[in-house]
Amino acid sequence: MANNKKKNMTMTQQEYQQLAKEKEPPRPVLKNCIRAFLVGGFICLIGECFMQIFIHWFGFTEKTAGNPTVACLIFISVVLTSFGIYDKIAQWAGAGSAVPVTGFANSLCSAAIEHRAEGLVLGIGSSMFKLAGSVIVFGTVAAFVVGIVHLIVGTGG
Amino acid sequence: MLKGHQSWVFKNRPVIMAAATVVGPDEGLGPISEDFDIVHGDLTLGQKTWEKAEKALLEEAAQRALDKAGLQGGQVHFYIGGDLMNQIISNTFAARTLNMPYLGVFGACSTSMEGLALAAQLVDSGAAQYAMSGTCSHNCTAEKQFRYPTEYGSQKPPTAQYTVTGAGVAVLGAQGDGPVVTSATIGRIVDMGIKDPFNMGAAMAPAAVDTIQAHCRDLGIEPGYYDLIVTGDLATVGYSIANELFEKHQFPIGQTNYQDCGLIIYDVNKQAVQAGGSGCACSATVTYGHLLKRMEKGEIKRMLVVATGALLSPLSFQQGESIPCIAHAVSIESGGLYA
Repeated sequence: MANNKKKNMTMTQQEYQQLAKEKEPPRPVLKNCIRAFLVGGFICLIGECFMQIFIHWFGFTEKTAGNPTVACLIFISVVLTSFGIYDKIAQWAGAGSAVPVTGFANSLCSAAIEHRAEGLVLGIGSSMFKLAGSVIVFGTVAAFVVGIVHLIVGTGG
Repeated sequence: MLKGHQSWVFKNRPVIMAAATVVGPDEGLGPISEDFDIVHGDLTLGQKTWEKAEKALLEEAAQRALDKAGLQGGQVHFYIGGDLMNQIISNTFAARTLNMPYLGVFGACSTSMEGLALAAQLVDSGAAQYAMSGTCSHNCTAEKQFRYPTEYGSQKPPTAQYTVTGAGVAVLGAQGDGPVVTSATIGRIVDMGIKDPFNMGAAMAPAAVDTIQAHCRDLGIEPGYYDLIVTGDLATVGYSIANELFEKHQFPIGQTNYQDCGLIIYDVNKQAVQAGGSGCACSATVTYGHLLKRMEKGEIKRMLVVATGALLSPLSFQQGESIPCIAHAVSIESGGLYA
């Protein structure tokens, strides 16, 4: 923790935080990275399989096969979330299951299920984007900024 | 009667006439599952919402406790209860069913002993012949209110704790057979500036240590007076910090057997509960189920239950506030033997 964050704390509090930090079991970062790599890669592999299937058997091109592929992944994620399996996978996989499109679908689906009890409008309607909302907001802002930079630097078009 | 600075000694020794516990599936798979009255295999309890399930847990526990005590609901003068939900709805709604004069309290996970101390005070002072104290928590309602939707796939750090699904209720009377409540120490808020809601054990440990030391100081006793001192839900991280703090304060905790309910209720190594159990029901179910049964068997004569609570709200955490914590201690002794 940076020192300026600590300046409002008493000596005892600072000392205690030091102790608490020592007693805190560290997050297994390396293990998490390996698992995230494996699971994230596996999800992408499934996506790639779908893509090839759409291209070779259903007459899609490499450009148009993306949409049905993503739809399939979202569908699988929603089914796994609904059966209460996705959060178990996520505890093991960490970022591996959070980063791909399946993680986004999970955040929408889980919020929708959870708030169904509060009704269709006040529950699902207003709470569904509780988690995913910030991804959309900041994703749009980021895209806007990148777009402007793109235009100014002249790499656009 | 006030003793010392923040403790009550109950001269008339209110009796715990009966206690009942109801738990969910994960607690049923834990090492002390035999000690609970009812174990539910279904987290929903057949209810439509998690909140209704939590209320049902408490209603069941209350009914079971009344049956065991041989009392009708109308005979109990006051019911004191609280839980983790906003506006303590689980207890309020259960009190609607129970139809008893009701005092709602909020002490987060320390509610179990806060309620028991107040109920004991009512009975001891003659303000009530019979008083009932209860609390409940549900893993999914707590996750929904304090963290993320239950099915949301986020990885929990090893310091996180698993909210116990269950309810514990105790019926106190002025006379009768059973363990007696002899004293209680009301804790003060201790805030060491911990802000991580996934590390509640570390936030609450100093409050537990503060209350235990205050209890011994007020009553003029050493920790060795008790066969067992047990904290509510410090879990792995908080428990080891508390031990370290006792050592640092040169408090002779080694005289007694010091344990933590959050580590008793689950098998931390086998069950996926990260650091251990937490929630209002953690200390309530372990005390009213497991520990009172051990006292009945004569394995424990005197124990001090120190329920620990982290008094944060999802809002205060988002606004960057640290976590104020509290701990309330209640001393329970096996009746008769040490009179």
